[in-house]
Amino acid sequence: MQRIYISALVDNHEGVLARISSLFTQRGFNIETIAASETSIPAITRITISTEGDEEIMNQMMKQTQKLEEVRAVFALEPSSSLMRELLLVKLEADETNRSYLREICEIYRAKIVDLSLDSMIIELTGEPKKLDAFLKVLKPYTIIEMCRSGVTALERGKMSYVLE
Amino acid sequence: MVLTGAQIIAEVLLEQGVDTIFGYPGGAVLNIYDTLYFYRDRIRHIMTAHEQGAAHAADGYARATGKTGVVLATSGPGATNIVTGLATAYMDSVPVVAITGNVNTNQIGKDSFQEVFIGGITMSVTKHNSVVRRIEDLAPTLRRAFEIAQEGRKGPVLVDVPKNITAATIEFEPKYAVKPQPKKKEWTNLPEVAELINKSRRPFLYFGGGVRLSEAEHEMEELMKRADMPAAYTIMAAGLLDADDPNNLGLLGMHGCVTANLAASEADVILAVGTRFSDRVALNPKKFGAQARIVHIDIDASEINKNVKVYQSVVGDVKLVLQELLPMLKKVSHPEWQKTIADWRKHDYTPEEDPTRLRPHQVMRDIFAMAGKDAYYVTDVGQHQMWAAQYLDHMAPGHFLTSGGLGTMGYGYGASIGACLGTEKKYPVVHITGDGSFHMNMNEACTAVSYEVPVITVIMNNAVLGMVRQWQTTFYDSRYSSTEPERKTNYVKVAEGFGAKGYHCETPEEFREAFAAALKEKGPVWIECVIDRNERVLPMIPPGGTSEDIMID
Repeated sequence: MQRIYISALVDNHEGVLARISSLFTQRGFNIETIAASETSIPAITRITISTEGDEEIMNQMMKQTQKLEEVRAVFALEPSSSLMRELLLVKLEADETNRSYLREICEIYRAKIVDLSLDSMIIELTGEPKKLDAFLKVLKPYTIIEMCRSGVTALERGKMSYVLE
Repeated sequence: MVLTGAQIIAEVLLEQGVDTIFGYPGGAVLNIYDTLYFYRDRIRHIMTAHEQGAAHAADGYARATGKTGVVLATSGPGATNIVTGLATAYMDSVPVVAITGNVNTNQIGKDSFQEVFIGGITMSVTKHNSVVRRIEDLAPTLRRAFEIAQEGRKGPVLVDVPKNITAATIEFEPKYAVKPQPKKKEWTNLPEVAELINKSRRPFLYFGGGVRLSEAEHEMEELMKRADMPAAYTIMAAGLLDADDPNNLGLLGMHGCVTANLAASEADVILAVGTRFSDRVALNPKKFGAQARIVHIDIDASEINKNVKVYQSVVGDVKLVLQELLPMLKKVSHPEWQKTIADWRKHDYTPEEDPTRLRPHQVMRDIFAMAGKDAYYVTDVGQHQMWAAQYLDHMAPGHFLTSGGLGTMGYGYGASIGACLGTEKKYPVVHITGDGSFHMNMNEACTAVSYEVPVITVIMNNAVLGMVRQWQTTFYDSRYSSTEPERKTNYVKVAEGFGAKGYHCETPEEFREAFAAALKEKGPVWIECVIDRNERVLPMIPPGGTSEDIMID
C-alpha cells in the first residue's frame, strides 16, 4: 500500500463530482480526500483525489475514471515532481496559561493564529499533508475543539504533462 | 425552423435513423407523446405492458439490428422501471438510448409527484446520462447520446428531459448523424504478440461478445485456421463458431465443456479476444490459465488487468487489431496439442437420450433443427439459458440474445419482441425461458398480441427455480428454500387469456408438432415443455474452482 494522488481534469458540469465519487464507491476504491475547483480554463474543473492502494488499484482507478464522458485527462501525481498542499484549520482550547506555548509551536511550523477569543484560538496551516500530520501530533497534548482539512490539491512542477481531450 | 422540445426529440430520432421506439406514456412525457402522434407514420412507437419490457425490447432491437435501441419512459416509476433494462444493456455493452420525462425544472428537487432523480439512480448503469435543463442543450445532448452509445465499447445512455423543456421552443437546425467509426491506433507490441503465438505449442483462443460487436468473426476464424488454434467462447459469443469446426471446443467457464476448460488450464499461450475474464469464465482469477502467457485484446483499457493479470495487452477495436495481427502469424499446426484435445473430447459430458420424455438438450436440438440457423434465439436466465448456450449449435452471428453479464430473469420476452420487430418479422424468433423467469415478465404477451409479433416462447417448465435449486442440491444439502413454489399456472389458458396460442407438451413428438404449428402462426405462441425438476446443467465448475473441480454427474 502506498499513498496515491490522482488528478482529473473534468468538464465543469453539475454532478461531475458525484459521478466520480459514485464510480469510486461502486468499484470499492477508497477516497481519503477529494478537492475540486475551477481552473484557468473556466470550462474545466480540477479534481485531486488522495487515497491509498497499490499500483494495480491505482491503474484501475485511473482507467475507470478515464472512461467517464466528462473526464478530459487523468494522471497520477508523483510526490517528487509535484507540489502538494493542504489547508488545516484547527480550533483549540487556549487561555493565558498555554497561549504562548501554542504561539511558539505555530512559529516553528509557520502556522497562523487567525482567530483568538478568551478561551480558544483558531490556527491555520498550509503545507504538505505530512507537515499537517506532524503539526497535529505536536498539538496532541492540547484540547482540539474542532478541526477540518481541505484535502490535498496539487500541481505538477514544470510544463503540463497531459493533453486535454 | 422553430420547434418545441418534443418536436426536437422526434426530429433528432429521425436524424439518427430511428424508426421504432419502445415505451410507455405518462404525465411528464405527454408533450412527447402528443408529438409522436403527428410523427406516427415515420416513428413507430411500441407500447409495452411495463417499462421494463420496453427497455429490454430496445436492447433486443439493438442486439438484433446493430442499431441503437430507443426506450421512452415517463418520470418517477416509469424511469425506475427501466433501470434493470439499462443495467442489463450496460453489462452486455448494448447501445441503447433511454429518454425519460421529468417534472418541470422548477419542481425538480421538491419531491414533486412522480419525481425521482433518475440521473443519480442510473449513474452506475449507464455509460453516461444527462439532465437537460435548458432547451438549447436538448438537441446536442440527444445527438451526443447516440454517439456515446455506439462509440468504443457500446452501452446505454440516458437523457432526462423535464416536461417544460419538451414544451419550450427554439430554432432547430437539422444535422446529419455522426456514426462513430472504430479507430486505428499504433499497436506497437503486435510483433511480440505474433511471436508468442508463432512459438506457442499449446495455443488457445478464448473470445467473447466483443468479437460480435466489432464484427470480427471472419478475422477470428482466419486466426484459428492459420495458427491452428483451438477456441472456446463465453456465453456472449455463443453460436459464432460453427459447431462442426474441429477447433471449436465449445462454451468456456462454469457450465462450459470439459475440453474447453482443460484447454484453458493446459495452454501455454491464451489469446483472450473481446472479453473480460468474468467470474463465470475465470472462476478463479489467480489460477485461470495458470500455465499460459495471456494476451488480452479488448476495446476497453480498463478491462486489462482488471480481473486477471495478463502478459501482453492490446487495446483497440478487435477487428482492426486482428487485421493487423493476421499477416504476422505463421501458418502452423500443432498435432500433439490436437491429439491431447482429441483425447479430452472423448470424456466430454454427453447427456443421455430419452425418446419417451422431454429432456432439455433434446428440446434445444429440436428447436434448432426446426427454426434454423437464421432464427433469433432469445433466452431468459437460469438453467434453460445454459442449455440453450450449450446445445443450440451454430446460430448466425448476433442471433443469440441473452443477458450474460447481469443475468436478468425476465429479459427474454421484451428482448424477443424488440428483435422480432427490429428484423421486420423476417426470421423466426424463439424465446426460450423457464417457468421462473417467465413469471417475471410474461405480461408482455399482451404487447406481442397487440402488434402481432410471432415470438415463439418455449417454457422449460420444471415447476421449480431450477438453477437456484441446483445450487441448493450441490452446495446446501438439498434444502430447497423458496425454490419449489407449487405454482398452478395453466400456461395454455393464460396464453389464450392474453389472446395468444398455447401448447402443453410432455413428449418429444408433442413438442415437435407444437413447434411446427407455432412456426406457421402470425402471432405469439407459448409452448410449455414439462421437464423433470432434477434436470441439472452439466458440466459445472463451482465458483472459485478450476478445471480440476469439474462436476459431470
